[in-house]
Amino acid sequence: MPRSNVLVDADWVEQHLDDPSIVLVEVDEDTAAYEKNHIRGAVRIDWKQDLQDQVRRDFVNKEQFEKLLSEKGISNDETIVLYGGNNNWFAAYAYWYFKLYGHENVKLLDGGRKKWELDSRELVEDVPTRKATSYKAKKPNNDIRAFRDEVVESINKKNLVDVRSPDEFSGKLLAPAHLPQEQSQRAGHVPSAKNIPWSKAANDDGTFRDDKELTELYQGEGVDFGKDTIAYCRIGERSAHTWFVLHEILDQPNVKNYDGSWTEYGSLVGVPIEKDV
Amino acid sequence: MCGAPVQDLSLEGIDVATETVIQGTVTRDGEPEGGAYVRLLDSSGEFTAEVVTSATGAFRFFARPGSWTLRALASGNKTADAKVEAEQGSVTEAQISL
Repeated sequence: MPRSNVLVDADWVEQHLDDPSIVLVEVDEDTAAYEKNHIRGAVRIDWKQDLQDQVRRDFVNKEQFEKLLSEKGISNDETIVLYGGNNNWFAAYAYWYFKLYGHENVKLLDGGRKKWELDSRELVEDVPTRKATSYKAKKPNNDIRAFRDEVVESINKKNLVDVRSPDEFSGKLLAPAHLPQEQSQRAGHVPSAKNIPWSKAANDDGTFRDDKELTELYQGEGVDFGKDTIAYCRIGERSAHTWFVLHEILDQPNVKNYDGSWTEYGSLVGVPIEKDV
Repeated sequence: MCGAPVQDLSLEGIDVATETVIQGTVTRDGEPEGGAYVRLLDSSGEFTAEVVTSATGAFRFFARPGSWTLRALASGNKTADAKVEAEQGSVTEAQISL
């Protein structure tokens, strides 16, 4: 799949700000970011409030997803362009989610909010009003979602790609270093996992590296493209970024994101863990 | 900038004794730079975390003891690095001038 099918750049977005077939959606970890300002015409999706079930640990289900998109005024035939902070982690997570529920045309803004800000492009405070729609989702496509039992069975069999930072992988840290470290789960990684931090797939400004660099990165770190792959991190958003690289940019067929990730795996009783410290 | 660094990020509710905190401010021409991106790189130069500075240019990380590089990135292709040694149980202050 050419990357133009899944990725647009900031110039393209500026040229399509008034295109009625395009919906810009900002997805952030820091929900105050959208309130401060956003790209003109963009609506907000809150990854925690809108995309997670508020009682069980799971996604919103198909009906909840349909309700959310209907309320946001998004139609099935529109092209959704996602962007956000944290180098597009949560935008990539939302992208994966839209694909899971079968939305046809979804793209990521390369570099996300960061590249847009660093370019000093226009950001506005006006919140757009969009007419409610009757959005219809498809049943979840679990070909792109891994669950814990499959991860345990994949040890030494499939490619397991741990995209956290080296200190989280080795067990020195339990969370990315912009968050407090106090956590209940055990530190370390899934045995046989390769540590290929998500950041190696991105340039400093948050844009993705080119196809050749990306291919060399994963193959150089021992990922066998002839095998199935599962990516994980701490809560599944950084690994959605890597899932995007492997499945959408490099067009690898069998790549799953394990959204339970380390906060689930590191809390499971009796599963094997490797730790370097 | 003279005197104490601006500290508008509260540590309330965080057990500093168990954390290795690195925090500080980013300035440009002596003025606090809000909206700058600060990356925390480990001793091998590998990315560990990234935050955006507050309106007063403040940033903070929860790291582990050891040597770290802080790299600020701001509009106009401005970048600057600062090196710090962090210890558990204390707050390491760093100032980065673009």
